[in-house]
Amino acid sequence: MQILLNGKPLELEVAINVKDLLEQNGYEGKIVAVACNGEFIPKEAYTDTIIQSDDKIEVVAPMQGG
Amino acid sequence: MADSFYINDMEITSRLFMGTAGYPSPEILRQSIEAAQPGMLTVSLRRESKAGKGQAFWNIIKSFDIPVLPNTAGCQSIKEVVATAQMAREIFETNRIKLEIIGDDYTLQPDPYGLLDATRELIGLGFEVYPYMTDDLILAQRLVDLGCDILMPWGAPIGSGRGLNNIYALKLLRDRFPDKTLVVDAGIGAPSHAAAAMELGYDAVLLNTAIAKSAYPPLMARGFAQAVQAGRNGFLAGIIEAQNSGKPSTPLIDRPFWHQEKTG
Repeated sequence: MQILLNGKPLELEVAINVKDLLEQNGYEGKIVAVACNGEFIPKEAYTDTIIQSDDKIEVVAPMQGG
Repeated sequence: MADSFYINDMEITSRLFMGTAGYPSPEILRQSIEAAQPGMLTVSLRRESKAGKGQAFWNIIKSFDIPVLPNTAGCQSIKEVVATAQMAREIFETNRIKLEIIGDDYTLQPDPYGLLDATRELIGLGFEVYPYMTDDLILAQRLVDLGCDILMPWGAPIGSGRGLNNIYALKLLRDRFPDKTLVVDAGIGAPSHAAAAMELGYDAVLLNTAIAKSAYPPLMARGFAQAVQAGRNGFLAGIIEAQNSGKPSTPLIDRPFWHQEKTG
């Protein structure tokens, strides 16, 4: 199935949860927060949230701001 | 003179709030924060790259013991605002959120209607909303009615450097909301603009571009810190009323070379 991770297409062979998605894409241990289809996914829900086909996942980090 | 103030029991030790965007380099940003010693630092959330750009930035900000104020810059709907605020709350461990909803792309004027709707939503979710707003009195009243303790009217459009476009409106807000925390946010270009805002009795000023895009940001940061303090001291001391006529400041009594008129 295909999803969008930070706006870029990503092919997933099996259904995985948000925790695995972050680990497999180099975000493990980093200060990030996640939204799925525009909804905030709290850290506590990473394990229970299974990525679905066509999901739009945003992984954000602190950045410069005014 | 120590002149700290409190926002929801949090002591703020400087009345200069500083944005962190647009600096020539992370090191110049670090030096500028060091020079300004601001009371608050604004930050944002952006998509994280695999290289981890955001982590390096966050390490710089964390090295200072300064409260951060995450913003919602770039959000185009209330749904995006809410999700951004929730992600910011998790990452920065604060309920503070600088609510920024732009209504016009040319002036970057805040959208007052979207601002009210989003404020209502965010306050319902337990956020402490710092609304970036126009200087409209009625909008301010509506935001206060919704529960805002802090109002952040613009001085001029973001990044324009035009200073305080409508001193009358800004002064009116100060007069009408004496117990609210008022911060001039955006449009400030020169240290004198910041001093002028503080002379009106504003609690703080928030600026970014004026420092970040100056020729030497650390020195400009220091200049702004000094200007904010100068303006604040002027406000506290009580600025004299302007008059049309001149009045000599040096006493006239006992001046030398004074000749009494001859009598008899």
